[in-house]
Amino acid sequence: MRIIVLVKPVPDPEKYNELRIDPETKRLVREGVQTVINPTDKNALEAALVLRDGRIAAGEDSSVTVLSMAPEFSRDKLVECLAMGADDAYMLSDVAFGGADTYATSYVLAEGVKKIAAEKGENFDLILAGNESADGATAHVPVQLAEWLGITHISRVCSLEAEGETLRAVKRSEDVLLTFEGEGQAVFAVTRDINKPRFISAMGIVKARKKPLSIWTNEELGLDESAIGLEGSPTQPGRLITPELGRAGRPLLADEDATAEDAAKAIRALLGKEGF
Amino acid sequence: MNFNFTEEQEMLKAAFAEFAKEEIAPNAAKWDEENHTPLDLMPKMGEMGILGVFVPEQYGGVGLGHTERVMALEEIARYSAGLAMMVFTHQLGMAAILDYGTEEQKMKYLPGMCAGTAICGLAVTEPGGGSDVAGQKTEAQLVDGQWVVNGRKCFITNSHCGTATVITCRTGEDEKGRSTFSCIILEAGTDGYGPGREENKLGLRGSMTGELIMNNARVPEENLVGEVGMGTPIAMKEIGEVGRASMAAIATGILRGCLEDAVKFSKERIVYGKPISRLQAIQFHIAEIRCDYEAARLMTYRAAAVKDEGKPAAAEFSMAKYFATEAACSASKRLIEIMGGYGVVNEYAAGRYHRDALGCISSGGTSEIQKIIVAGDTLKKY
Ligand SMILES: Cc1cc2nc3c(=O)[nH]c(=O)nc-3n(C[C@H](O)[C@H](O)[C@H](O)COP(=O)(O)OP(=O)(O)OC[C@H]3O[C@@H](n4cnc5c(N)ncnc54)[C@H](O)[C@@H]3O)c2cc1C
Repeated sequence: MRIIVLVKPVPDPEKYNELRIDPETKRLVREGVQTVINPTDKNALEAALVLRDGRIAAGEDSSVTVLSMAPEFSRDKLVECLAMGADDAYMLSDVAFGGADTYATSYVLAEGVKKIAAEKGENFDLILAGNESADGATAHVPVQLAEWLGITHISRVCSLEAEGETLRAVKRSEDVLLTFEGEGQAVFAVTRDINKPRFISAMGIVKARKKPLSIWTNEELGLDESAIGLEGSPTQPGRLITPELGRAGRPLLADEDATAEDAAKAIRALLGKEGF
Repeated sequence: MNFNFTEEQEMLKAAFAEFAKEEIAPNAAKWDEENHTPLDLMPKMGEMGILGVFVPEQYGGVGLGHTERVMALEEIARYSAGLAMMVFTHQLGMAAILDYGTEEQKMKYLPGMCAGTAICGLAVTEPGGGSDVAGQKTEAQLVDGQWVVNGRKCFITNSHCGTATVITCRTGEDEKGRSTFSCIILEAGTDGYGPGREENKLGLRGSMTGELIMNNARVPEENLVGEVGMGTPIAMKEIGEVGRASMAAIATGILRGCLEDAVKFSKERIVYGKPISRLQAIQFHIAEIRCDYEAARLMTYRAAAVKDEGKPAAAEFSMAKYFATEAACSASKRLIEIMGGYGVVNEYAAGRYHRDALGCISSGGTSEIQKIIVAGDTLKKY
């Protein structure tokens, strides 16, 4: 079983107070903010590693390949995926890919998937991804990627099992769980409750030194520049609004000797006036 | 000169930190209060590659160095200095086997110890005084191809959970009539060998510290580590470099705890309508803690880097151990002061940091002993 896992380096969610949005391009300014692997992508990688190890334990050949479209400075995030246990990694990195919306991003990723298959001379069986990224949170990319590739996709997957060639995925939808069973190529977008990603071990980090990590620019992919990056992105961000969250306290009781009872009455009166 | 970790070391640090935050931080206060030793974490730390990080791969380790070992200890001690004590003493015994053991001993003991399924230790201190190494009374005699060991060790970390412990024993005397010592491995379950009393400690709780009693304990001749009569140099080399590096790293971890908690508390505590972090008196405390942390860190990692270069680093580790442990005592006292009444409430970690820091002073050799070593080195070099 050949598994590809999509991974996106995102600004560390714990450092969101340091994030800015460029008023011109209306995109996140990522420079200078520490990046981490998108949290649910780690869940996707964990699910892939478990599936792979299950296959290997059953005497089959199986591998996990990590794929990311990201600036080259986040190469270390892919090394982290290798340290977690992935077998190899591909990074699609070119200024021409920059400024892409989910449509152009998923297109580049789909072309990356095809090129990996061509390179290896062997098609993939499964693509796993986090359901959404912590920064954009659109949840578009896995679905769009599947559409570009013309294969099945299931999102919000909270459980994934393999039995022979059959895959069983459980999707959380509102307050029901839907179980899907089937065979063949598919994209699964997983949620964080699917598993607890393993820790990265020192052994894993040392092993990652020897694992292949390829960086492809558009020279290797050869995509038409009008279909990628900012130019290939139909999304037009609208006006940027910062909501006013100012709250002003107003004294309800002027009298310093007022009791709790007085306060309760005043609050009830106020609520009544507001229509509660 | 480059003071930065490599990209790989940064990744390791982050991995160790994540493990410590998830597996250690939530439980550290409980282990301290209940004096519980989390033995179930040993295999997990084995899987993480923490225990055998400095051991070559052929013996089940990761094949990295002492810088990485120190890094792991700092991350563990950031939340639990007690657990870090257990880990480092385990590594101290492993280092003796790795550096001086036979190939058979390395193959027999190290893989399990790297995995955390076996627990090691190094026992030197006796009731007659830890500083007086030459005064040890535990004795081993070779009888019919077996070492017969008699004596008592005290203040030994992992005394009650060790599966194989390297023990220094008097095995003869030199031409001037002075005792000579040898290192011998004793395995748990050996007749005549076992733990005695377990200490109820002020700090570093969560690690077991206690006695080991040998009463005609018989072990095979091949349990000798290194050569007969080499026990003191072996123990001193390992305690001097691996042991003190660890104590310096543990104190550095405590210092970081003090720093992070001081900043957090002082920003959140509102007095006179504003956070106390705006008060200069509090800022001065914070500045002192920061300087202590940075200095301890630099001294500790530099000493580890010297060792990883294969150079002697005993004086560097003594300086780092002395400075960092004393600094941890004063920084934790400052943290208690910053926190006012909350500083002495056991719901907060400040008191534990202080008790742990005090516990670090004598382990690995007291401050006086470190100063004697540093002075000796200084008078030779300058
Ligand atoms: C938590 C903990 C864990 C430990 N784990 C281990 C372990 O795993 N294995 C092990 O072998 N030991 C262990 N020890 C023992 C430790 O190494 C000793 O406590 C230390 O060597 C000091 O020995 P002592 O306690 O007997 O003090 P003593 O040697 O009796 O010292 C008492 C006082 O005299 C001073 N002093 C002694 N000699 C001199 C001198 N020449 N000049 C000036 N001052 C001097 C000391 O500085 C100290 O202030 C541990 C100790 C602790 C607290």
